[in-house]
Amino acid sequence: MSPSAPVRFRLNGQPAEAPCEAPTILLDLLREQLRLTGTKRGCDLGTCGCCTVLVDGRPTLSCLTLARLVDGHEVTTIEGVSPAQGLSPVQRAFVELGATQCGFCTPGFIVTATALLRDHPHPTRAEIERAVSGNLCRCTGYRKIVDAIETAARGGT
Amino acid sequence: MATSESRPYRLLGGRIPYVEGPLKVTGRAEYTDDIQRPGMLVGRVLRSPWPHATIRAIDVADARALPGVSAVLTGEKYPTPFGVLPITHDETAIAVGKVRYIGDIVAAVAARDERTAEEALARIRVDVEPLPDYPDPESGTRPVAVPIHARGLNGTNIQKEVVQHFGDVDAAFAQAAYTARVRGTFAGVTHAFTEPLVTVAEATPDGRLTVWSATQVPHYLHRALSEVLGIPLHRIRVVKPEVGGGFGGKSDPLPHEIVCAALAIETGRPVKILFDREDVFYTNHGRHPTKNDIRIALDANGQILAYDIEATIDGGAWSSFGTVTTYYNGVLSMGPYRVPNFRYKGRRVYTTKPPSGAMRAHGGTNLRYSIEVALDELAETTGIDPFDLRARNALPSDSTTVNQFHIGSTSFLACLAAARERSGWDAKFRRLPYGRGVGLGCGFYISGSNSPIHFTPKMPQSTVHLKVDMDGGIAVHSMQADIGQGSNTLLAAIVAEVLGVDLDRVHVQRVDSDVSPIDLGSYSSRVTFMMGNAARAAAEELRGYLLDAAAELLGTPVGELEVGPERYQRRSDPSSSVTFLEALHKAMERRGALTASGSYQTRPMGGSFKGARAGTAPAYSFAAYVAEVAVDVETGEYRVEKIWAAFDCGRPLNRLAVEGQIEGSIHMGLGQVLGESMNYRGDRLLNPSLLEYKIPMPQQMPEVEILLVGADDPDGPFGAKEAGEGPLIATLPAVGNALYDALGVRFPELPITPDRVLRGIDQRRAKGVAWKGS
Repeated sequence: MSPSAPVRFRLNGQPAEAPCEAPTILLDLLREQLRLTGTKRGCDLGTCGCCTVLVDGRPTLSCLTLARLVDGHEVTTIEGVSPAQGLSPVQRAFVELGATQCGFCTPGFIVTATALLRDHPHPTRAEIERAVSGNLCRCTGYRKIVDAIETAARGGT
Repeated sequence: MATSESRPYRLLGGRIPYVEGPLKVTGRAEYTDDIQRPGMLVGRVLRSPWPHATIRAIDVADARALPGVSAVLTGEKYPTPFGVLPITHDETAIAVGKVRYIGDIVAAVAARDERTAEEALARIRVDVEPLPDYPDPESGTRPVAVPIHARGLNGTNIQKEVVQHFGDVDAAFAQAAYTARVRGTFAGVTHAFTEPLVTVAEATPDGRLTVWSATQVPHYLHRALSEVLGIPLHRIRVVKPEVGGGFGGKSDPLPHEIVCAALAIETGRPVKILFDREDVFYTNHGRHPTKNDIRIALDANGQILAYDIEATIDGGAWSSFGTVTTYYNGVLSMGPYRVPNFRYKGRRVYTTKPPSGAMRAHGGTNLRYSIEVALDELAETTGIDPFDLRARNALPSDSTTVNQFHIGSTSFLACLAAARERSGWDAKFRRLPYGRGVGLGCGFYISGSNSPIHFTPKMPQSTVHLKVDMDGGIAVHSMQADIGQGSNTLLAAIVAEVLGVDLDRVHVQRVDSDVSPIDLGSYSSRVTFMMGNAARAAAEELRGYLLDAAAELLGTPVGELEVGPERYQRRSDPSSSVTFLEALHKAMERRGALTASGSYQTRPMGGSFKGARAGTAPAYSFAAYVAEVAVDVETGEYRVEKIWAAFDCGRPLNRLAVEGQIEGSIHMGLGQVLGESMNYRGDRLLNPSLLEYKIPMPQQMPEVEILLVGADDPDGPFGAKEAGEGPLIATLPAVGNALYDALGVRFPELPITPDRVLRGIDQRRAKGVAWKGS
């Protein structure tokens, strides 16, 4: 791939193509070029988890991922895990149990939790804590977040 | 307990999910960085690598010549000083004449993209003459060769000195049966909100300026922009999108916000400044590094006779909230105990480091840690149980402190009783095996400040406007700033409660200074109390119009009506009623769209001496927390297993939000104990990233049992008081005192890292002191 070749991948279930210089990171491609602003920029250093997306279904820090590396792969963002109408079970649990406060970390948590519950429909509390330990939240003390994921796994509030 | 458990209200007192929750969980909530304007430029700032230096010259010619660069700004263009407190304007948007810390802004650029902006910064040449640096506040208390600011006291770097004395402290100590002294040392900590600082600005050809910013204080930002840029307030529009956390770190008008607006004016194009994490750490305004020295005197019965407090507070390069900080580090000791004699000497000293400012539980946290540790020591010395010692000294409701704070409601005794019972204290204290322990820590905080930061102090502190049109939707306008704490939700719920309508009729509008009436913003734990009272007043005015119309429709006196669900009905016969919409449409026949306005202003309070209003508040919150810890005595690592958090916020209006504030406060307080620390070598910040500045992870959070025991506050909206900051304070001493119970070691220094734990154990053993058989 030449440095300015477009990157072609599947984005939220649809084919996508975007011009992409070699150093472009996936977070910039998503937010700045494709205007998918649900994925948040918290640190640019892979420390906060706000920019988490799924690459081939695995939670991935988009701020540490070169955009060209997703060429030929499947990327799912918060926009892709959200139903066209209404909310997914884990999103509904976050709302009902007050697991959002400022909400800036929330998309990253939802994306991580969606992958967790897909692979482990009945996680223990410790497994949930481990799964989200790459996502920082400064508002909630994590308790209501873990509660919400646990509740979603049990089938809702 | 009965009061807050009962439910006299339809919505309030329940668990009300946040109104913007669905937008936040789907990534659809709009934050400032999500805003794109046509032709928007990238703004960047150049930071000083020198801690203290005179600027001889700045050569920007090469930067200006770079293609794609639209503007390069240096300090002299907008030199008007500003600052959050009207009495200490000592900041400038960009350094003028000298730089005062590593990270001070010396120039700014606007360019077509990030890469061009970075290259432009690299082409700016700054010629400086280095000056002596002053990283240490202690040395700045004496006259220095080159004071950091001309306003330093008598040639020192002291920004503010407070000396207060009530009663006779020396006489009290002379007759004391017991005394304790704690010399506390506290590292600086910072807010670590997840959304970086970010501002978008656009100047338009109609002579107006619009600024979108991640701020807790849109009104103060509005003021600062007007003063520094020389544009009247009414030609500036400040918009607050969703804000990704603040905790005090977005409660000053900040230089980059003004720089962004200035670049927009210079270029005629929209400009965005988005800070990276390092920028955020250099902007700081976090909790002050502090040394305090606290002595407490008790009589033979365990009654507190006196406090004697000294504090040296490291202010960093600017004043920010520092004058308030200096007062608070003394006067916030005035509760939850009765203190008949009180002396305080506090000094906040400028240093050549990133500015300190307000952080959650501002001014009350480090002070409280030392007091509660000292009380724990006194409990041991006197043989009085820590709970009993505190209960014996509790301030009663409707009392006045020695410095003339009026304490309205307090349920502190109920907090103590609940924490003691639920934690199983009597079976655990000094009875758990070596390495395990329980500790008690208590808290006290203002529920809003009676002394507002206001440029026109007779104006209300909060205003809420309501508008209802034919559709029956209720638009709510206020400049109160929801930063995630749930104030929009509470505002909507109060309006819906008073009018008897469904919550989804009420739409809280985004903060926009063109249409939002002034509220001073989210700081000093003021919003529930002040906005809540303003909202209630506005809704009651509106309800009056609706009840008048309903009375006319029903042919009955207004006094016989009551509010039902989406209807107004006869008290004697609820089946005789009109719907909300019927009443609304009747009322509109006379008035057109209904509008109402409510406001809140504290009543006069406090003494008449200098500084008397600092710390006066319309109400205070109270807390009693028990922490249980388990220490690995080989490694010094420890785990806080559980915290029982008994809190008096009056009546909790949204339990979901109150719990969220308490759990989040415990997380933040725990971070300051476990290891959060702004580390410096001299004046160079060593850990400006979230990798090296570690906030607690999910696995480090203890189990939390929340005990809401407050009784209604007579002046609070529906009986409520604050729950946003006070819940942090008790966390720290509860853990510190639990470590003592576990190990027999006092930790007067925060954070309590594993190496300090091991050193403490070694020192105790070296003295031959045994503890719980070890």
